[in-house]
Order: sequence, then structure tokens, then C-alpha cells
Amino acid sequence: MAIAAASQNLVDGILAGSHRAAAKAISLIENDERASEQLIRRLYPQTGNAYTVGLTGPPGAGKSTLVDDIAQIARGDGESVGIIAVDPNSPFSGGAILGDRIRMMRHTVDPDVFIRSMGSRGHLGGLAVATSQARDVLDALGMGYVILETVGVGQSELEVAELADTTVVVLMPGLGDSVQTIKAGIMEIADIFVINKADHPALARTAADLRELLRLDPRQRAWTPPIVKTVATNEDGVHELWQAILKHRRFLEEKGGLKERRRRRLERQVVEIAARRLREEVLVPSTEASGFRRAVQAVTDRRLDPYAAADQLMEEGAKRVAAGS
Amino acid sequence: MVEPVSGRRIRILMAKAGLDGHDRGVKVVARALRDAGVEVIYTGLHQTPEQVVSAAVQEDVDGIGLSLLSGAHMTLFPRILELLKERGAADIVVFGGGTIPQEDAEILKQAGVAQIFTPGTSTDTIVGWVKERFGGRTAAA
Amino acid sequence: MISEDEAAIRDRYREWLEHYGRDRDEKFSTVSDQVIEPLYSPLDLREDDFLHGIGFPGQFPFTRGIYNNMHRGRLWTMRQFAGFGSARETNRRFHYLLQQGGTGLSVAFDNPTLMAVDSDDPRALGEVGRTGVAIDSLADMETLFEGIPLDRVSTSMTINAPANVLFAMYIAVGEKQGVPPEKLSGTNQNDILKEYIAQKEWVSPPGPSVDLVVDSIEYASRHVPRWNPVSISGYHIREAGSTAIQELAFTLADGMTYVDACLNRGMHVDSFAPRLSFFWNSHIDFFEEVAKFRAARRIWARLMRDKYGAANPRSWLMRFHTQTAGVSLTLQQPENNIVRTALEALAAVLGGTQSLHTNSMDEVYALPTEKAVQIALRTQQVIAHETGVINTVDPLGGSYFVESLTDRMEDGANRYFGQIQELGGVIPGIEQGFFQKEIADAAFHYQQQLDNKEKVIVGVNDFVAQETDEIPILKIDPEIERSQVARLREVRAARDNDLVERRLHCLSEAVSRHENSMPYILEAVRAYATVGEVTEAMKSVHGTWREPVFV
Repeated sequence: MAIAAASQNLVDGILAGSHRAAAKAISLIENDERASEQLIRRLYPQTGNAYTVGLTGPPGAGKSTLVDDIAQIARGDGESVGIIAVDPNSPFSGGAILGDRIRMMRHTVDPDVFIRSMGSRGHLGGLAVATSQARDVLDALGMGYVILETVGVGQSELEVAELADTTVVVLMPGLGDSVQTIKAGIMEIADIFVINKADHPALARTAADLRELLRLDPRQRAWTPPIVKTVATNEDGVHELWQAILKHRRFLEEKGGLKERRRRRLERQVVEIAARRLREEVLVPSTEASGFRRAVQAVTDRRLDPYAAADQLMEEGAKRVAAGS
Repeated sequence: MVEPVSGRRIRILMAKAGLDGHDRGVKVVARALRDAGVEVIYTGLHQTPEQVVSAAVQEDVDGIGLSLLSGAHMTLFPRILELLKERGAADIVVFGGGTIPQEDAEILKQAGVAQIFTPGTSTDTIVGWVKERFGGRTAAA
Repeated sequence: MISEDEAAIRDRYREWLEHYGRDRDEKFSTVSDQVIEPLYSPLDLREDDFLHGIGFPGQFPFTRGIYNNMHRGRLWTMRQFAGFGSARETNRRFHYLLQQGGTGLSVAFDNPTLMAVDSDDPRALGEVGRTGVAIDSLADMETLFEGIPLDRVSTSMTINAPANVLFAMYIAVGEKQGVPPEKLSGTNQNDILKEYIAQKEWVSPPGPSVDLVVDSIEYASRHVPRWNPVSISGYHIREAGSTAIQELAFTLADGMTYVDACLNRGMHVDSFAPRLSFFWNSHIDFFEEVAKFRAARRIWARLMRDKYGAANPRSWLMRFHTQTAGVSLTLQQPENNIVRTALEALAAVLGGTQSLHTNSMDEVYALPTEKAVQIALRTQQVIAHETGVINTVDPLGGSYFVESLTDRMEDGANRYFGQIQELGGVIPGIEQGFFQKEIADAAFHYQQQLDNKEKVIVGVNDFVAQETDEIPILKIDPEIERSQVARLREVRAARDNDLVERRLHCLSEAVSRHENSMPYILEAVRAYATVGEVTEAMKSVHGTWREPVFV
């Protein structure tokens, strides 16, 4: 019951606009799955108002500076902005130096901006779940926009980018033909491309490569991702980027795409939660039954094939569910 | 039943307040803490006490490590403690290091600064202190 | 070396090595972790080394010194840096120093002035007058130099981001004293690039900030010909944790960037190069430092003559100031710092410095007490007048070890020049965090060596004393902040604010038109515009700098 009361206090705090409560709630999400479930259950009815923008791209592309610039413009439009900046942890120690904030410190004392740095590892429920829930917290805190900044390198970061209503993929000219090497997955999720550091001499080539790649894309698109050129350090092109985000938002809202996108995202989320629970509450306990050990032995001895053993495991699981375990 | 805290990491805000740009020490300590498994949030240089405290609150850190080589420690440490209190975040532990004379360090400790590391302190000592001070804490709800 | 001897020397070397014995359990490397061999011999010298690489002092490539007679002709200038509290107090210290026979002043500014923040700005809280003198407007500068005839002293100003503003104020004080600019002599530090790399006291991005440096170089070459408009500084790069080679390479790369920028402005290399000066750190590793100074002179001479085509031999000379390494001082057993500083000063003297600041033993904590400053100055005098090291020019020249290490420093610097060029130059390197990361890596490596005692600092990680010795510390009266703010308010109330407004506007306009900013800054400071206001007027055009990638 202590958990429930504490969650309620946090929820009350968040709804009253307390940064302290929102920050504590995100820590809970990062650290304590059980408590965060309680929290999200209470918080969920208050969410659904924020518009989520994902920003992803290779390290060093200037994402944090762009996020800082976008926040500045959004604030100028009277919008409040929540920012979640995800950085990788050290694979050796599990520690991290989260430095994205450095570029955003001018917004730190603004009560209508909330910035949180997150390490990418160590989230039991997966990074995407933790980020999604942190997003919900900032949504409930009343932030009109939530920006998710991730390094576009791994699968889990890609999943985070998929949480967004509008996904911005940031590239930069020159460095190792970044257009040629971007993962197909990133191409597919991009609603807007940014070529940052557009004062670089290799700009024209990168832009041409990108246009060519888009032209060759066989899929029919109702929305063609625009290519915005920026120099984040001078805030050049950032207004155009903001306009592109707003335009994409209008496009989604007018064509009904936003509802559909969010529905698909929530569908995935529900399936993910259910799958995780099935694994942890049904499958994993079922593997502890003696029948499973025997089945595995039989697979080892080639007396049973793996599929048949899996069928047996599923049956055992179904029995457990039926027994209401 | 109290559930054990899972996957929790120590989070420390490493901060440079005031106008001095000496970031050698803060960077060395940040790396040493990272290598010890700590999540370090670095503010960058030239921060006001208000910025430091807001960042600490939003990041929900266990502690603020403040590096000061400007001689302004007797102004900036107390200001940060005061702002933490105002924000209802007095449980965030403040420690620090830099060119801080022993006499001043004693006064600051009495005022609520948890520890002052003077020049020449090994990173092992600092890492050990951070783990000891924050490692046993459970995530506050 | 003479080739017929080579085989014989090689044989003898091998013979020597066979009976060498075993080393103690220690890593024999410099403080920058360059591994050092047990012995050096003619085998370590380059072919044709003597005339091309070593040569004679006062002759190209100046490895052995920029003057024929070096310290036999003229001792180095013993220039101690001073400044604290208010302009009034520092003025009193200057008068004291001049009465003691000094002819050179060196001004230390407080952090708010260095960052171009006025004393009443909230960001200045707790820092006014702490680590130097607080200067807000021409009124403070007038007080700072009251009763000091500017045509009879040379003044060095450690100022960077707002260097042109303080330079203009100095010129304006001269005008008030009736001293024309061509009679002023002194030095501005004015090396903004090393701020992004190491000291981190910046205002605007590197590009436009370098333009401001060029403005002052151009202006000084026309109107203040006895002034050194920039002192290209490795000191802070080293203090931030770099190795000796990084200090050497990054500083010279900065120097080339200024030269390139001046040439792009259309200036002729010989019109400004003779007035460029340098500022090095002298760290605790004696021979590495001597080799660094010698390599620096040689590289610069070669660059100026061969790369930039300078025809005036004065353009080839690297004149430099040296300061002993603040970072080598320890809080523990602080009297030991006197010894460290003495050895570092000796390296600077044997490295051929033109002027020298020796740190005081108590500078780990605060500005030095008068007693500590006196010991620091006496250290230089002992070296100059008692040790006899000045009796011959470049006494270490020809040492197999020193010459070989000098070559190695030069090679190391050249490798970095290649890397920097690949990044597109110094400014792109700064934007990508290259220098910052290289330095942070070196600092972290050194700290690890200290932590595992691979390197020893006496009294810190070995030979530790139980009791800490307390030494007296200079206290700055917090009242200074209040009175400085009050004084600033008086200035703002007394001046013609419309005039200030107009002149600041003209400055912004001039900067957007890419005109030389100096005349406009001079107009603004004459009207008592403050350091913060003048800087803000330029920043409105140039924008602000945000620190690039950390780690």
C-alpha cells in the first residue's frame, strides 16, 4: 500500500505541475517496475495531450543543439516543451556521462521546459517502455510538446524514435557518406530529414544523395519527407524545421493519420506489455516444471524436435493460465 | 512487502557554477565516476546556482558535485543549498571540490555541504565516497 | 654525425647495453608519459643536424635562442602578474612595484571582467575582485593607472574575450594623460582560440572572435606600433591537462590560424608577424620543457620563413613569456612548491625565455600573499645572479638527449598539424571538440597514473605528511563587491546615456559591416560604456558560443 500512496502523491504533484514530482516519477520508471506500473495506471487518464517529436541521428550530428533551438522557437510560440535525451551507457561499467543537457542549459530555469537525461541501458522493461512512460509523465505534467532525442545507432533507439508522432532524422554532410550508410529502418521512420552543419562543403552532395535515395523509394507515400538544411549552432534553418514539424502535424491531424499512428503505437505497446507478462508470469515459471526439463532432455537426445517441445511448454502455460496462477 | 529496488544507478550532477572555466578536475572526476558505474549528468560551464538546482531537480540526482576554482565558494555553495531547500529538494546531497581553503571547507560543511575534496585528492577517494554515500540509498518515492 | 664513426659507436653502444644491468621497478617516462631511453648518444642525432637543426643562437632556425648573446646581453624580464580587488587597491600595488624598480606591469583581471560581465550582473555574484581586479568602465581604468605615466611603463594585460575593450580603455587612459598611442607599449593576451580549447572563458563563436583579434592586430600595427596585440598561449592548454607536445602543437596551430586570418584580411605578413608573441607553461619535467621551448622556436621560424614567406628576420623570431606551472603546485606541504617553481623557472631560463613569472607557493588556494610573491621573485634573482646558468648561451645545446628530445617534440607537433589540417583547421577542430577531448584524455591518463602511483607527486600520493601545514592565505574583502557595484551605478548615472546608446549602436553596425571594430570600441569606452555593454553590442551580431561535445 505504501507504493500506492506514494504513486498517488507523485501523480497529484505532477498534475499540479511539480517538476520535482515529475522527476521522481521518471526515476521510479527507470528503477522500479512494480511501482511504476502503479504510477502509470493512475497517470494514464491524464495523458494524450502532448505532441511527441522524435529526433534521431548519428553521434556528433548536432542533435542536442537542434533540440535546444527547437525548444527556443516553441517557447517563442508559447508552447511548453518536455525533453528526454537518451544517451548510451558505457558497455563496460554501465555508467554514463550524459552531456546533452549542456547545449540546453539556457532553458533550465524556464518552468515551461523540463529536460531529463536518460541512460540507454539497465531498463528492465526495455528502453522504449521506460521512455514511453517518461513521455507520459511529461505529457501529464502539461507539456505541449515532448521531444525525444536518441542516438540513431541501435535497435532500441530506433524503437524509441517510433514513439514519436513526427520523427526527425538528423544527418550531417561529409562524414563517411552518412546517407549511403544509414540503416533502412531509419529511412522508413523519417518524416523529416535534417542536414545539419549545412555550412559544410559536402552539403550539396549529401543533399543530392538523399534526394536520390528518396526518389528510388518504391513505396507510395502520401507525405514526402522534406529535407531541411540547418546550421544549429547559428540557429540557421531552425525556423524552417519547426515549420516542417508543424506542417507534418497538420498533415497527420487533417488526414486522420495521427489517430491511426497513435492507435498502432498503443497496440504495439499493449502487445509488448502482454508478451512480457506472458513470458515472465507464464512461460518462465512453466520452464521450472519437471515436464519441461524432460522435454529439453528429449530434444537434446533427438527424441523430440524443438517445435514439439515448445508446443508442450505452451500447453503447460495454458494450464497455468486456466488455473489462474 | 517491500520490493527490492531494481536496476538502480547512482545519479550525480557534476556542475560548474560561476564564471571560471577550469574544467580539468570536473571532467576527470566525471569520467572516473562513469567508469565506476555512475550516471553522471554534466551541466557544462558557467552555470548560475538557479540553473544548477533546476537541473538537479529535473534529473532527480542523488547528489550535486560542484567544482569551484574561482574563489566564490562561500557565495555559491550556500546559495545552492538555499535554493534546494526552496525547491523542496534538500535531500539532494551537495558535495564539491576545488581551491577551497580548509578553514572555508569547515564552515561549508557546517552549513550542510556533505564533503569538500581539496586538490590532490585521488579519484579513487572520490569514487569511494560517492559509492559509500549513495550506493546504499533506495530510490525515494 | 660523422658517418665513419657510426659503426664504431654502434658497437660500443651494444657493448654498453650488454652490461647495463637492470632498472629499478619504475616507469622512466616524462610527466607527459613520453618514454625515455636509458642513454642517448650521437646515434640519436639526425643527419646534418648541427647546422640545419641546432645551429647558432640568433640565427635561423633559432633552436638555441633568438638573440646571439641571450641572457649575457640582457636578462629576462621578471614580470610578476598582479591584480586583486578594486582598481584603487591594485593601483597602490602597482605604485609599490614601480617604486621597487620595476618597469613592467602585468594586470590580472577578475572573472567577471574576463567574461565581459559587469560587476552588477547576477552572474558576477561572489566573483567581483576575487581573482584579479574588477574593471567595468574607463573610470576604473583611469583609477588603475592613476599617477602612472603610460609612456614610461610597459603593461601586460591578461584579457581575452573582451581584449579589444580593455585595449581601447588603455589607449583612452593614455589620451587623458596626453600620451599618444604610438608611445604606449605592452601586451594583450588576446588569444581567444585557446579559450575554446582550454581556459573556456569565451563570449561569441570562434569565427567572429578571431576577426576581433585580427582587428586589434591590424589596429595596433597602424596606430600602436610598440604594442604586442596578441600573446599566443600554451600556458592554459597545459594547465587544462595537456601533454607537452599538445601544448606545443595546439598553440602553434592557433598561431598559424591568426596568421592566416591576418593574411586573409589583406595584411602583409611582415607588417604584423614581428609583433606576435607567445606564452608558455614551464612544467615540472625539466628536460621535456627545455626541449619544448627549443622546438617551439625552431618550428615557428621554419613556418614563418618557409610556409608564410616572411622576409623580415624579426618575423621569424618566437619571443615568449613563460610562467611556471600552477597545476604542479600542491596544497600538501606547500613550501615544497618553492622548490618546484625554482626548477621550472630554471627550465624556462635554459629554454631561452624573454620574460618569466614564477608562481608563489600559496597559489593553489588564492592570490598570493606579499611574502609568497617576494620568495617567488627572489627565486628568479637567485637563478639570474647566483647559479651561473646564464654564463653561456644555451648550455644544454648539443646534449644528445636534449637535441633528440627537441627533435621528438617537433615531430610530435608536426603529426598534430597533419591531424588538425584533416579536420579542416583549428576552428573546425574546436567545433568538433577535438582539442578538448585530446586534453581531457591526457588529463585523465595522468590522473590514473597518479592514482596507481605510476607517477609520484611528493606529499600527495607518496611521502605524505600526517599533518597539513597551514600557510597564511590572502583574504579578499567581500565589501569590494558592494563598493564596485555602487561605483558602477555612479558611472552609469553620471555619463551621457544617449551618447553611450548611440556609440554602441554604431559599433553594432560597424561589426555587421565587417569594419574594424577598434575605432568604434574606442568611441564607446570614451563615453564610459562598460565592458559588458560594449561586448553585448558585438555579441548581438556575433551570437553566443555553446560548448561542443563533452567527453
